Parts: sequence; structure tokens; C-alpha cells
Amino acid sequence: MGPFQRLGRSALGVLERLGRGHLFLLRTLLAMGTLVRRPGLLLREIYSVGVLSLLIIAVSGLFVGMVLGYQGYITLVDFGAAEALGTVVALSLVRELGPVVTALLFAGRAGSALTAEIGLMKATEQLSSMEMMAVDPYKRVIAPRFLAGVISLPLLAAIFSAVGVAGGYFIGVGVLGVDAGAYWSQMQASVDFHEDVMNGVIKSMVFGVVAAWIAVFEGYDATPTSEGVSRATTRTVVHTALAILALDFILTGLMFGDI
Amino acid sequence: MPRCWEWLDRTRTAREHSRCLTTRPPFKPRTRTIDASPDKTPWIEIRDLHFARGDRKIFDGLNITIPQGQVTAIMGPSGTGKTTLLRLIGGQLRPDHGQVLVEGRDVHRLSRRELYRLRRRMGMLFQSGALLTDLNVFDNVAFPIRENTRLPEPLVRNLVLMKLEAVGLRGAVSLMPSELSGGMARRVALARAIALDPLLMMYDEPFTGLDPITMGVIVSLIRRLNDALGMTSIVVSHDVAEAGSIADWVYLISEGRVVDAGPPEQLRREASDWSRQFLEGLPDGPVPFHYPAPDYLDDLMGGDTR
Repeated sequence: MGPFQRLGRSALGVLERLGRGHLFLLRTLLAMGTLVRRPGLLLREIYSVGVLSLLIIAVSGLFVGMVLGYQGYITLVDFGAAEALGTVVALSLVRELGPVVTALLFAGRAGSALTAEIGLMKATEQLSSMEMMAVDPYKRVIAPRFLAGVISLPLLAAIFSAVGVAGGYFIGVGVLGVDAGAYWSQMQASVDFHEDVMNGVIKSMVFGVVAAWIAVFEGYDATPTSEGVSRATTRTVVHTALAILALDFILTGLMFGDI
Repeated sequence: MPRCWEWLDRTRTAREHSRCLTTRPPFKPRTRTIDASPDKTPWIEIRDLHFARGDRKIFDGLNITIPQGQVTAIMGPSGTGKTTLLRLIGGQLRPDHGQVLVEGRDVHRLSRRELYRLRRRMGMLFQSGALLTDLNVFDNVAFPIRENTRLPEPLVRNLVLMKLEAVGLRGAVSLMPSELSGGMARRVALARAIALDPLLMMYDEPFTGLDPITMGVIVSLIRRLNDALGMTSIVVSHDVAEAGSIADWVYLISEGRVVDAGPPEQLRREASDWSRQFLEGLPDGPVPFHYPAPDYLDDLMGGDTR
């Protein structure tokens, strides 16, 4: 097979997978109705996807906030603008680091777990047995996990940003001696609810859809062997990370490009 | 030399039969015209079924009739697509060509809703058991009942205990699947498969890996369930003695086609050479034991060192 044929074949493979992925998303969305009647399924998944990710998100948020506190102070103090530290920390977290880092951590913690769980259910014929018991796996397994991811990620991103702001405060005010009143008042004055906070929330919602979609699709589409599940799990983390970073660039351009 | 019908009497003396193993070119089984069909109302009809995985043909014009109220055994060597056939009947796979008719309706032309409605009347015992690993034994058996009916919980409990009692595992209700042996998991899966009292039961290799006591229980349970509940049963297996002892009708498949079919007694009398080799477990016959290879001695003494 020549290089052009190989290129063509791999391009067709990518397109085919994209098509499968979109049909999968459509079927998942159509299966959402069940969750209105059975919210218990959703709550259980929110616990396993969201609540169990809280620790890693909070700890990461704290450290990222503290690093921002240091780096921001070092830069600002040269210009005599250390009081603007609150603005720097808050804007960095709310606009960018909150949604992006949370989504990356989510892919590593919850996304990989979702893929492995669904992939193993497929490999051990649990999904097939559900189908034969007249239970639609899209309604019973896929839709609750997908929606749980979509709901959890923006909430986790908000917690990440809040803990990060506290971390920046601890370093900036507690350790480096920035005025506490200046830290909060500068932040309140500069951070706009619609421009900054809501744009961050929109970003994390988009990332939530993408991260959850990739995780459940990779699990459902995995080759039903141990190697297949392992590859699918790796693909989830890699594809999610790349998709999040690319989407962040596009969304940032759309949201803040005209400023 | 043991006679071919002894396979039904569970004597495996045929396996003791040894012959010189010679190498032969691959054998194509003779596909004789199967004009005999079960003398009962067909519940499932498979017509001219073609199915391939990639370039590999699994079924190449398969025709099978499953009669109502009977136990039909589908046997054949490993890799002949027996499990695939059950998935085609259940509508989980789509054939490349041909039809699978259940009560005269093509399974693969049903809407999703109709297919799920049909599956409520089907039970399938998977080879691995396929229990849901996050639920205990009780919840696994209760799963199809809770998902497909709105029965009150006390009634669900009674139903589950009745099904578990039938497979001898009522005492294991609180165990998790990881705490069960392979045989126990298969019995729990059987209890789950019959939870909704299906009209059609499909058993995928139900006898593999069971100890003799459990095997005996499962063998008689399949027959008794079929007769007591008026089910139609399909047993896919390569355990000749066990499947043959409970089946009303046997299909032998190979190379994607039916190579022999009939009631067990008829197969005992009129088995072709291929069927005789399979049924008696003879090491050599029309189906060679060895993959085609050059002469053994030449190979050992030859200079081609790979």
C-alpha cells in the first residue's frame, strides 16, 4: 500500500469514527428522558464522577492559586502594583485555569474511570446481557454517566476557582503581606460577572460535554479485550486533553478576542 | 469399536479410540440437503443466513427451524459461529443477507421498541454469566424484573427467591459476583435469565466448566424448565453427550452451514462421516487433527531451519 493510500485509509478511519461518535452522542441525548423519571441513576453517577473528584480538584486548585499568588506578586511588585494581585489571581482562574485545569484533571480522574468501567462492562458482556434483558444500555449506563459528567465539571471548575482564590489570598496576603482589603476590592472592581465569570462557566460547560462525551464513547467503542480497554482509556485522556486545549483557544478567541 | 450412538449414553469410550494421526489437506464437510424439519410449529426460522466478520465468512446460507416448545441443540466445533447465531437471533447483530424470523416477523426489520418488546420474551444465558459486577446476587436476578415491570418490591423479592431456589442458590443472595465460583455465577445468570419467564431461552455453552453435580442439575433444569414453563429452548454447545441427552432436535453446523440435522435417534442411525467424527470425538476422520504440514520426518530431518 502506497503512502497516499495509507493516508487516505487513515483519514477515512478518522471520519468514520467521528461519524460513529456523533451518532452515539445523538442516541445518548435521545436516551436522556429516562433520567427525568429515574433521577436516582443520575445522582449515583454524580456522586461517583463529581463528588469523588472533589479532593483532587480542591487540592489542585489550592496549589495553582498559591503559585499564582507567588508569580503574580513577583511580577506586580516590580511595577508597584502588588494590590492588583487579587485581580490577577481571580481573572487567571475564572477565565482560563479553572475550566481548563479542571477539565484536564477530570479527564484523568473521572474520564478514564468512565471509559474503563464501560469498556470492561462491554468486554465482560454486561452490556450485551442488558440488551438481551430488554434494558437499553444507552438509558441505563451511558446517559446517566454522560449527564453526570456534564453537570459535574462546571461545578468542579467553580470549586477549583474558589479554592484557588483562597490559595492566592493565603500566599499574597498571609505570606507576602499584600493588603487584604486591596486584594478583595481590586478583585471585585475588575472581575465582571458576565464578561469573566459567565464566560468561564460557559467554557467549563462546553468542556464538560466534550470530556464526558469522549469518555463514554471511548468506553462504548472499545475493543472488548484487556488491551482494547487499556488503549481506550489512554485515548480518553489524550483526546480529551487535546480537545480541551484546542477548544479553549477557540472559545477564548470568540469571547475575549474583540477586547 | 464404540458405536456412534453411545455418545448419547454419556459413555465417552469413543475418545479412547486412537488412530495414527496423519496429515491431510483441509476437509470441506459434505453439505447434504436437509429436507427434514422438525414436525412442530416453527417459532424461529433462519433463512439463507449470510454473515461475515471482515473477510471471514461465519455463515454461508444457513437454514434452521426452531420448533415451538422443544429443546433444539445447535452443535459444532469451536469457531463455527454458534454464539454469533444466538446474537443474530436476539437482534444484537445484523446479517449481511438472509432473514431471522421469530413468530414470522423478521427480527432485523423490527423497530427498536418492537425489538425490545420481543427481547422481554427472550432469555439468554451467556457463557461467562455476564452478571452485573456492581450488584449482588439478589439485585442481579431482580434486575430484569425491576427494569421491565412495576411489581411491588415484596413480590420482586419472592420471585427472585423462587428463581434462586430453582438453581440452588437461595442462600447466596447477598454475595457479590466476585465471590462466586464460575459454576455458581452461571447458575445465578440462569436464574436471572428465567426471571421474567421467557418464552424462548437461549443457552450459550451452558455446560462448559461445570463440575459433574452442577452439570447434572443444569442439564435436567434446562429440560424441566422447558417442559414446565412451555418454553422453546436453544442450546448452543459442543458438549455432545449433555446437549444430545436433552434435545428434541439437533443441528450440526460447520463451515457456515448445517451439515446434519434431525432428532438425536435419527442422527445416531444416519450420521455422515463428518457427524460421526464430531459426535464420537474421534481424533481423526474427515476433519484432520493436524493443520496441513509437510511430511513429519522430512520436517525433522530437513535443512530448512526456521
